[in-house]
Amino acid sequence: MASSPLVDPHATQAHHRALAHQFDSLDQQKESSTLGMWLFLVTEIMFFGGLFTAYVIYRTLYPQAFALASHTLNVPLGGANTAILIGSSLTMVLAIWAAQVNWRKGIALFLLATIALGATFLGIKSVEYREKFETHHVPGPSFHFVPESEHVKVTDPQLERHASIFFSLYFIMTGLHALHMIIGIGILAVLTVLAWKGKYDSEYHNPLEMTGLYWHFVDIVWIFLFPLLYLLGAHAR
Amino acid sequence: MAEHVTSRKVYFLVFAALLALTLATVLVAEVDLGVFNDVAALTIAVTKALLVLLFFMHVRHSTRMTALTAVAGFFWLALLIGLTMADYASRGQILPYVAGK
Amino acid sequence: MNTTAAAPPVTTTAETAFRRPNYLNAAYGVRSWLLTRDHKRIAILYLISVTTFFAIGSLFALLIRLELLTPEGDLFQPDTYNRLFTMHGVVMVFFFLIPAIPAVLGNFLVPLMIGAKDLAFPKLNLASWYVYNLGGIFTLWAIIHGGVDTGWTFYTPFSTHYSNTYVIATALGIFINGFSTIFTGLNFIVTIHRMRAPGLTWFRLPLFIWATYATSVIIVLGTPVIAITLLLVAVEKTFHLGIFDPALGGDPVLFQHMFWFYSHPAVYIMILPAMGVESELIAAFARKRIVGYKVVAFASIAIAVLGFLVWGHHMFVAGESIYAATIFSVLSMLVAIPSAVKVFNWTATLYQGSISFQTPMLYALGFIGLFTLGGLTGVMVATLGFDVHVHDTYFVVAHFHYIMVGGTIMGYLGGLHYWWPKISGKLYPAFLSKLAALLVFVGFNLTFFPQFILGYLGMPRRYWSYPPEFQVLNVLSTAGASILGVGYLLPLCYFIWSMRYGKDSGDNPWGAVGLEWDTTSPPPTENFYTTPVVTHGPYEYNREEVHNRMSQEVTLG
Ligand SMILES: [Cu+2]
Repeated sequence: MASSPLVDPHATQAHHRALAHQFDSLDQQKESSTLGMWLFLVTEIMFFGGLFTAYVIYRTLYPQAFALASHTLNVPLGGANTAILIGSSLTMVLAIWAAQVNWRKGIALFLLATIALGATFLGIKSVEYREKFETHHVPGPSFHFVPESEHVKVTDPQLERHASIFFSLYFIMTGLHALHMIIGIGILAVLTVLAWKGKYDSEYHNPLEMTGLYWHFVDIVWIFLFPLLYLLGAHAR
Repeated sequence: MAEHVTSRKVYFLVFAALLALTLATVLVAEVDLGVFNDVAALTIAVTKALLVLLFFMHVRHSTRMTALTAVAGFFWLALLIGLTMADYASRGQILPYVAGK
Repeated sequence: MNTTAAAPPVTTTAETAFRRPNYLNAAYGVRSWLLTRDHKRIAILYLISVTTFFAIGSLFALLIRLELLTPEGDLFQPDTYNRLFTMHGVVMVFFFLIPAIPAVLGNFLVPLMIGAKDLAFPKLNLASWYVYNLGGIFTLWAIIHGGVDTGWTFYTPFSTHYSNTYVIATALGIFINGFSTIFTGLNFIVTIHRMRAPGLTWFRLPLFIWATYATSVIIVLGTPVIAITLLLVAVEKTFHLGIFDPALGGDPVLFQHMFWFYSHPAVYIMILPAMGVESELIAAFARKRIVGYKVVAFASIAIAVLGFLVWGHHMFVAGESIYAATIFSVLSMLVAIPSAVKVFNWTATLYQGSISFQTPMLYALGFIGLFTLGGLTGVMVATLGFDVHVHDTYFVVAHFHYIMVGGTIMGYLGGLHYWWPKISGKLYPAFLSKLAALLVFVGFNLTFFPQFILGYLGMPRRYWSYPPEFQVLNVLSTAGASILGVGYLLPLCYFIWSMRYGKDSGDNPWGAVGLEWDTTSPPPTENFYTTPVVTHGPYEYNREEVHNRMSQEVTLG
């Protein structure tokens, strides 16, 4: 974490316990970690951005294959996951609110709820992944794709190849997104323990805010992934 | 620390709006609108992202520098996609006089 | 530059100076270095790592030049040669040129120049060094096991489908290394925004800080894209998920778009900090304020932004649309404007300056000439028709070596010589160092100027043999590389020598202005004894008190 302002053992002056030696005040420290976190999020935007670029290009080149391949994704599960992730963003922001109003146990409870919702998301995601393996929609030697369409009756090898690009992008994008969630849950777990011990209060809860920014960003990535991957083929027949 | 405390009511309202927009994007996708399916999906996604950015990520109450950083990130992504697209969109097109017509 | 950084009375006798508490003698032992959070010590750690990788990259260069001594491919197998130039490129670009100035000089100087106690995130800074070495270990592992033969550009589908060398390990090495670069860039941006000393407004910042800031912006915006691109290559190779695979309808040119979106701006990650060093050197050794300070400052930002809009000039012959190519060509030429502005302003600063030809200044003057030549040939290769002629020839190789070696390494060495007394508190031998600067300049030109001619005559890059008529120029090039090698070895020797046997430098041997010279040399761990308060801009060599101080200082012979 870019910004975890742990207690500096060398701080000898009458500082706040969380003030690192290179800063003059908690305000300066907080502003610094906020800017640092946002810069980190910018790198995340560009990191996922490379994938979105590839998606936009191939989507433009092969619209039909993408729509047909997208049609095989499970919209109800994807939609449910979207709602769950939004819910986890709500509990995350409420954890920070609990800190602001000095409700220490509330912080831990809301963090736990966030972890639970995040884990549910991953559980549903793994169900979807298993479905993909069973239907041979995972690119590779056993990849097989016959579109459920009235217009394309015969197996079109060209279409199948282009669809495999869609599924490659699907797995890489959702996979990296899931990886980010796993990392987020790990951080949240640590914060929950610290929050339970009463480390955060209305005066100092910077780590919560920074983790919140990260968690909401992961939510935003999914907000774009859901329509781009699941919904673009909803009416493809 | 001059920190802005947003009331819970705002958070719940934003949450409700996000859920409603999710439902809307699913429903709109079921209707065949041609290219406007993409337009609608992206408009809703951008709106949702803005809600999260402004309210959950507190950009609304943050410094100008924070907002600028966020904008720069999305702007550079637009550069990457836009200039790459400029190549693909104009590939294989040859002016008539070049083609000898 | 400032007025109130009260240091203990400056006594320059060797005895007392050495005993004064500083970051070097603050603690001893390996642990105190490996767990340090002091930006100055981390800079030293980086100096050691970066020098090691420079040596490895140079070794590959030496072997390449040896092979090219004769037209026949007689020293290595063609396969081996492919690996040599690939590993040379990978090591030099990702493990030397990109981190060199930011991670060594930047780490050391940014907090000192802005009057801060440290960077905003010291632990992240240390982590950056460890991550750098982790990436380095991956790459070294690949080198030891046989290396990679794709060229440092990893073009698909060769890298993903045909190369049976250690592409994945090397790509992961670069991926990991990218994190260390990002950590450094992020740290600099936050530090420059939030940690400036009281009174140090943006237009009072030294130009090195402006350049470092612009570099950091490129790092933060660009590096993630190369990370995801190389990750896709590794994933495609490992799991056969086709993204760029033409057999599946994937487009290798898309790889090139994503690769160069980072890798062209990466050139500015290398050259911008060198430009920053250049501004400091020119001001210090011409004893003048940089002409058009604000213009030079904004030119750094302009280069950072425009640099992101030109990447398509690497794909003029790769199947890119001619319309996009035209746009990229025009945009590429636009970058020449802020770059030329800088060159003009440095030159104008020299005019009527009181110039002293100390060693760092020799590098600075060399930089202006070499960078100008590199930049002008850059405009040539940005021209569509000419690029078709010289694409993938030694002309391009010579062009980017003029920028990277003639620009970045000259800036790096110039900066090291300038701030070495600050870093070590010691002086290096004046004559030997001037000789080394001369050898570097002569050796460099002898190595790379013939390559312009070779390329123009049509010698393609990345081949281990060539037609006999090219031999004379190639022999010249190899001879130049040998001189260059000696020029690089000398500083290594006398810097190490100076740490033990060098004369004590005093706090400010050049009589230079700037916050970093207002504290002791080497600086104390906390950098300043009291937080400095800045009341005026940088490079104010005409102010009376500066004149008084300079007349007291001992200048180097
Ligand atoms: Cu370029």
